Amino acid sequence: MTAEQVFTSLKAKFGDAVLEAKLDALQPWILVVPERMKEVALFLRDDPAMQFDYLMCLSGMDYNDGKLGVVYHLFSTVHRHKIVLKVQCAKETPHVQSVSAVWGTANWHEREAYDLLGIIFDEHPDLRRILLPDDWGGYPLRKDYRVPEFYNGVKVPY
Amino acid sequence: MNGSKTLLTSYVSQPGEIKTSSGKTLRTDEMIINMGPQHPSTHGVLRLEIVVDGEIIVDVIPHIGYLHRCFEKHAEHMTNYQQVIPYADRMDYVAAMNMEQGYAVAMERMLKIEVPERVEYIRVIMAELQRIASHLVAVGTFGIDAGAFTPFLYAFHDRERILDLFEMTCGARLLYNYVWVGGLSHDLPPQFIDKAKEFCKYYRPRIKEFNDLLTYNEIFVKRTANVGVLPKDVAINYACSGPMLRASGVNWDLRRDDPYSVYDRFEWEPQVGKGEMGTVGDTWDRHIVRMREIEQSVNIIEQALAGIPEGNVQAAIPKRIRPERGEIYARTEAPRGEIGYYIVSDGSTTPFRVKARSPAFVNLSVLPEISRGAMLADLVLIAAGVDIVLGEVDR
Repeated sequence: MTAEQVFTSLKAKFGDAVLEAKLDALQPWILVVPERMKEVALFLRDDPAMQFDYLMCLSGMDYNDGKLGVVYHLFSTVHRHKIVLKVQCAKETPHVQSVSAVWGTANWHEREAYDLLGIIFDEHPDLRRILLPDDWGGYPLRKDYRVPEFYNGVKVPY
Repeated sequence: MNGSKTLLTSYVSQPGEIKTSSGKTLRTDEMIINMGPQHPSTHGVLRLEIVVDGEIIVDVIPHIGYLHRCFEKHAEHMTNYQQVIPYADRMDYVAAMNMEQGYAVAMERMLKIEVPERVEYIRVIMAELQRIASHLVAVGTFGIDAGAFTPFLYAFHDRERILDLFEMTCGARLLYNYVWVGGLSHDLPPQFIDKAKEFCKYYRPRIKEFNDLLTYNEIFVKRTANVGVLPKDVAINYACSGPMLRASGVNWDLRRDDPYSVYDRFEWEPQVGKGEMGTVGDTWDRHIVRMREIEQSVNIIEQALAGIPEGNVQAAIPKRIRPERGEIYARTEAPRGEIGYYIVSDGSTTPFRVKARSPAFVNLSVLPEISRGAMLADLVLIAAGVDIVLGEVDR
């Protein structure tokens, strides 16, 4: 299935939840609203014509314009086609629906995105920091992050 | 008398009081055992929080991040795209060549660079030598975890010979900075081809020797067969890759199925687990897939050495890398599986965002699924069968 076909059937099924698509990009992508991400993900995984059963990568993003985002790289081991999904949310209310019930691999990827970018995945079963210590402050991959001079009162030399 | 009694009871926790770090309440007959971060069988600094009922594992909660350096933050702070490569090396420090190659492939696709054929051939040779070296670490330490020390020495002895070849080529034994975007840092030294051919000739019989010593050893088979079975659908749902996915019976190899470089010119076969000693997708299958992949890699190296063309390995290296605005996700087959780089460019000379999808990070996330219900002593083997390198799990 081409990206255009995926976009048309998503648009037909979910209407306003599918915002836009960039089909002439190097790897075409489709933008979805964060509140309905799980529905879209379930459809993409289970629809017989799609069967995107393999989530290659899930990346958190800071677009540096007041928006955070999540990028999903999907692949189907049955039909061997790929698609890129994106969601965007405001930095002040960074809520995205979790897809860890759809693809098990998303669990840790979402924890990583939460850890490094502060994106909150609603309905995630275990949203804790994964790479950084539990008492770390701030989200290092945000573009406005300042490297702290002290960690727990100890000066960090460079 | 009365006072000491209250003191005693105050230390006894009430049912429902103790919780695991993921918030699950412990039953009264369960307890938590911590394995690591300084445990020899965790292959680095990994902490496993294990909930056991007697000797049966109820749940495993991996705690990672002890080696976290935030590769992705480093990558954003470089002055150009080539400078990311030494950092990519340091992610998977036992398979640095494959890490570099993945990044180079992603950047070349983004910049639409055609790489000279000689470069592709040398990259294939290096990637496959590195795959052998990395698998040797995996199967050698796997033997140690099963209580067999001798095979480890055999494996590391052979690995040294591969590291000698790398040292001869670029001066480094572990972290090479050899594969650059568009080319290589050095051409092959004149005696390399003969030495590499000599190595292949020497190494082929050693594979059988190693198999006799470890793989088909009765005790080893009994320890690993039917242990930590990973079914096919779970493997795909958790996006496992590499030997982990193939051992579960999925015939899938990115070198063939998402082609890059010149792998289509050689004759070789992806190896799939068949459940010869137990169930498809058990720990023994993961081991035998690695052993058979080593053999296939020797095949590829021999063919590549025979057909290597002449050329200038630095001809296609761009003077200044400044991709257009855009993004790419490219994946290649590292010894542990799919190493993917998601690179976003904002049109400047430094990456806006680099996300590395490291195979061991993803493979490790399935560990709780495959260890529930297993014996505590088997967890060491299950974890070793996943073949984690913590540098890459934590990045």
